[in-house]
Amino acid sequence: MDWTWFHRFGSPPHLYGLARRLTPWFAWPAALLIAIGLYGGLVLAPPDYQQGDGFRIIYVHAPSAWLSLMAYTWMAVAAAIGLVWRMKAAHAAAASCAPIGAWFTVAALGTGMLWGKPMWGTYWAWDPRLTAELVLLFLYLGYIGLRSAIEDPQRADRTSAVLAIVGVVNVPIVRYSVEWWNSIHQAPSVMKFGKPSISWPMLTPLLIMFIGFTLLFVALLLVRLRGEILRRERRAQWVAEVVTE
Amino acid sequence: MTPRRRRLVLVLGIVAGVAIAGGLALQAFRENVMFFFDPTQVAKGEAPADERFRLGGMVEKGSVVRKPGSLEVQFVVTDFQRSVPVRYTGVLPDLFREGQGVVAHGRLGANGVFTADEVLAKHDENYMPPEVHRALKPPATAPQG
Repeated sequence: MDWTWFHRFGSPPHLYGLARRLTPWFAWPAALLIAIGLYGGLVLAPPDYQQGDGFRIIYVHAPSAWLSLMAYTWMAVAAAIGLVWRMKAAHAAAASCAPIGAWFTVAALGTGMLWGKPMWGTYWAWDPRLTAELVLLFLYLGYIGLRSAIEDPQRADRTSAVLAIVGVVNVPIVRYSVEWWNSIHQAPSVMKFGKPSISWPMLTPLLIMFIGFTLLFVALLLVRLRGEILRRERRAQWVAEVVTE
Repeated sequence: MTPRRRRLVLVLGIVAGVAIAGGLALQAFRENVMFFFDPTQVAKGEAPADERFRLGGMVEKGSVVRKPGSLEVQFVVTDFQRSVPVRYTGVLPDLFREGQGVVAHGRLGANGVFTADEVLAKHDENYMPPEVHRALKPPATAPQG
């Protein structure tokens, strides 16, 4: 099998150019879908039979929570590729995932707390789902902190990669916590087998938001990846050419 | 084995090891991780007798009794097998209503009445417009997982 296409990802100038060319192809559809999804969710969708208009926070909460998990999975996979194949570009991708994933986690926790106060009657409960999501935030922060604490970039890459890989066990715990244990958090309405437990006029904008947020994540990742590559390759000739062009 | 393959095995080994350790730890802490006990568990004596714990289930239809002139309210929490009467004084959350999920934090008295000092509403995963709900009656009380 010919693996040259795979190894070309390891070439910083190639990856930098690819990221630059791909960014608008994700950023513009993301902006468009999020605008449509927000209009659909906040204006067109009917109010919920129990929660009234309060349920509309789901249009930001659920996609943020989904991406907090997906960003972590991508980060761990990239870190593992970097560790096994000694690929610096993969480490750069893992490092780029962390702050984006951390912000999606903050968004999921913040919107969840705002919804929890009126609906459950409390901002926070030490519930399995909520606690596991908080642990996810600490894993992101620990990963970012560990990277910046180690001066040698190669050692920072390898050490933080181990943390990212170890932490990946938390991802299924967050996902399945509401099914394994009694929890105050409701069971999944969309990400499950069988028919979604949310009616179609409400679900359509939510699915648009899921796709929009995922594209937004990829666009942000590509932008951060370019910055990360430039920072790592700052002494290389091609960077001087790119920056001065 | 090439060094690359050795590293791959190492990474997979780390994931497998941590997953097994995590699984065993969660298995050991099963009871502590439970956010609440349902009335069947309470009836079997699985809930702590002398300590505060959380009781979760459905508010039985027609069981809510408010004492006029105060915030005191009484209702019955059921899981459709067993039920536990609850007494509470305070403000109830928006989603508290008969036939919906609830989590009460408090103590079980010797008389079998649960005295709660905090009541949280537990929403289920069903979202629908009011018209659809009216058309679908009565499944709003369907038990949840």
